Amino acid sequence: MAMPQQERFYLRRAPAERLPPPVTRAGVLGWLRVNLFSTPANTVLTVACLVLIVWAIPPVVRFFLTDAVWSGTDRTACLVLPAQPAPGACWPFVRTWLSYFVYGFYPVGQRWRVDLFFVALAFGIVWLLRLSAPRRDIGALYFFVVLPVLSFVLLHGAPWLGLAVVPTALWGGILVTIVVAAVGMVISLPLGILLALARRSAMPVVRLAAVTFIEFVRGVPLLTVLFMASVMLPLFVPERFAPDKLLRALIGVALFASAYMAEVVRGGLAAVPRGQYEAAQALGLSYWRMLALVVLPQALRVTLPNIVNTFIGLFKDTTLVFIVGIFDFLRTIEAARNDPNWAAPTIGVTGYAFAALFYFVCCYGMSRYASNVETRLGRADRR
Amino acid sequence: MTDEAQGFEIEAPAPLRRRQLRRLLDRRGLAIQIALLIVIAGLGYGAVFNAVQNLARAHVASGFGFWNNTAGFDISQTLIYYSASTSSFGRAFWVGLLNTLLVAAISIVLATVLGFAIGIARLSRNYLLARLAGVYVELVRNVPLLLQLLFWYNAVLKSLPELRDSLVLPGGSLLNSRGLFLPRPEFAPGFLAVVIALAAGVVAAIAWRALARRRRERSGVELPVFWPALALVCGLPLAAFVLAGLPLSFSFPVMGRFNVRGGLEILPEFAALTAALSLYTAAFIAEVVRAGVLSVSAGQSEAAHALGLRPAATLRLIVVPQAMRVIVPPLTSQYLNLIKNSTLAVAIGYPDLFQVFTGTVLNITGQAVEVVAITMAVYLTISLVTSFLMNLYARSTAVVER
Repeated sequence: MAMPQQERFYLRRAPAERLPPPVTRAGVLGWLRVNLFSTPANTVLTVACLVLIVWAIPPVVRFFLTDAVWSGTDRTACLVLPAQPAPGACWPFVRTWLSYFVYGFYPVGQRWRVDLFFVALAFGIVWLLRLSAPRRDIGALYFFVVLPVLSFVLLHGAPWLGLAVVPTALWGGILVTIVVAAVGMVISLPLGILLALARRSAMPVVRLAAVTFIEFVRGVPLLTVLFMASVMLPLFVPERFAPDKLLRALIGVALFASAYMAEVVRGGLAAVPRGQYEAAQALGLSYWRMLALVVLPQALRVTLPNIVNTFIGLFKDTTLVFIVGIFDFLRTIEAARNDPNWAAPTIGVTGYAFAALFYFVCCYGMSRYASNVETRLGRADRR
Repeated sequence: MTDEAQGFEIEAPAPLRRRQLRRLLDRRGLAIQIALLIVIAGLGYGAVFNAVQNLARAHVASGFGFWNNTAGFDISQTLIYYSASTSSFGRAFWVGLLNTLLVAAISIVLATVLGFAIGIARLSRNYLLARLAGVYVELVRNVPLLLQLLFWYNAVLKSLPELRDSLVLPGGSLLNSRGLFLPRPEFAPGFLAVVIALAAGVVAAIAWRALARRRRERSGVELPVFWPALALVCGLPLAAFVLAGLPLSFSFPVMGRFNVRGGLEILPEFAALTAALSLYTAAFIAEVVRAGVLSVSAGQSEAAHALGLRPAATLRLIVVPQAMRVIVPPLTSQYLNLIKNSTLAVAIGYPDLFQVFTGTVLNITGQAVEVVAITMAVYLTISLVTSFLMNLYARSTAVVER
């Protein structure tokens, strides 16, 4: 009796074979379907993008790589000739002028001093920006105190050390761009912190002075600040102290950057919870010890990505010193571009492409760093 | 560190803190403030004292008397009447200011359209489109504006064909190394009717929308809004245009022997500056837009869908209003940046306020203090007025916390 009833049931003893996911969802095809061809409108967009890529990429590759001129000593290599009806970028132009782009008119025999300055600066930057580097307090001391003195001695010269004086009129190219950017950073960070603290101060006169300065500088274009520094500054000091042209531009850039840095630091200070200030006061710390030991380390850490972003802006803005007659990197490109020995149709684009590559590598590198730090800090806060 | 602190955060009694600060203000605070005042006053006095001496030695006049003197230099683009031989420096100032406002206004419109498109494209679910938009943003944001401007001006526009070999664009425009020559619209008097019809159409559309809303709120019946409004705004002027006998004609540019006659001339300087400013600012606006849209949490759209709103209505009523609250303040600061960046005109010789005033007028008069002060005052006024309006907006859209 029991047997037939049992046969009516079916009991599976082993799990079924796992089926592969539907073809339309998995693998390359599935990815394509979800990401590129999910709807008719999406398909149209994809096709339009493909057309754009096919239209834009090959000419660029041809111009900069396959059709480019790679060897030569003057303009004849890059001219439009029957042998090369459509020459691409003229790279020998960059190779010939490269040392000018890097050092300007800095005396050839003294250029090791510039190289040493680049190395010292890179060392300082890596020390400060690597979050895992040891003793970053000493790093800060090196960067904000030792490095400026060392750089001045190296670049400007010190007769008592046997280093000949090189007037700033001879400096040029990437050297000047880096000097302007570095001075901007070294001055704007401490000054920006001071201004931010002053703006949050309880003392009305201090606060008013800081607000006026910050809002004034942020409200006018950098070019007017640079003009003020280069045209008006010599009027405001006794004639015999009239500052050097480069120094004037440096003062303009540094003051401008400080105002922007102040706002960034203020944002960081506002992000520190009030309990931190109160706990520090409860422990009996003085105002400056509270800042140095409790508040600033947290505020600067939180706002480090913004500081780097401000610095990217500053780095791009250094090109503006070109307009007040400083031989920065872009100005050397312009000067070389107009050299009759290299007058060829592709010289302009080649020079600008090289400059763009330099700025892009520097700025993109910094922005990747900033977003990495941001992710890391975010991870720490999510715990 | 901060996590623990947040856990134990206790509201400090504010009056006590204020009393502590008062005590700080009493002695040391007062001393610091007085010292700061003395330093500022000393610096100011020193600057003025030296400036007076240096200017006297260089025999430079001071004061704003030059404002009414004859300028004596030419300006390549003038929106109002200006003549080198009779117009004053003051007139040159207004010419320059209008040129600045013109280039800024056009660039702001272009940058906004492009920036919103790219920002939304970056959020697209289409992988290729999102990537392309990302490449554009990174490429443009990380190269200095001045370099881009020089590229557009020297490498692109200056290498266009000469006058003889002008490119003829569809629609009758000419493009050569001297600029872009567009057909110039010539308005007959009857065109006024079209303008009046347009104004009437806009008013009628707004009235229709109000009517439809009142009807919906009273009876729950939805009246169509978009299509009737579009018909009113576009249809009325179109009808007026036809009825008034097509009061619009175009004067086409004609290639002459040495120059182009007729048409509307757009200087290569203007074109390069507009292109550089709008392409550069668009990359930043795209990031602002992206951040704004991302700031609206997914729960908002989900809740809207759950309430039965269709996707278009969700976007219009739920997502956009909340995103705009985040977008508008940084968007305004991008606009201000664009206006400030337009001073780069001086690098390519577009006669904006900065080039005309701080460039040419400063060179002629030598009155650095006055000229730079006037220029700064203009940009400062624009910035301060804009941020004042911005604060009003931010206050009006702030979230009211319960």
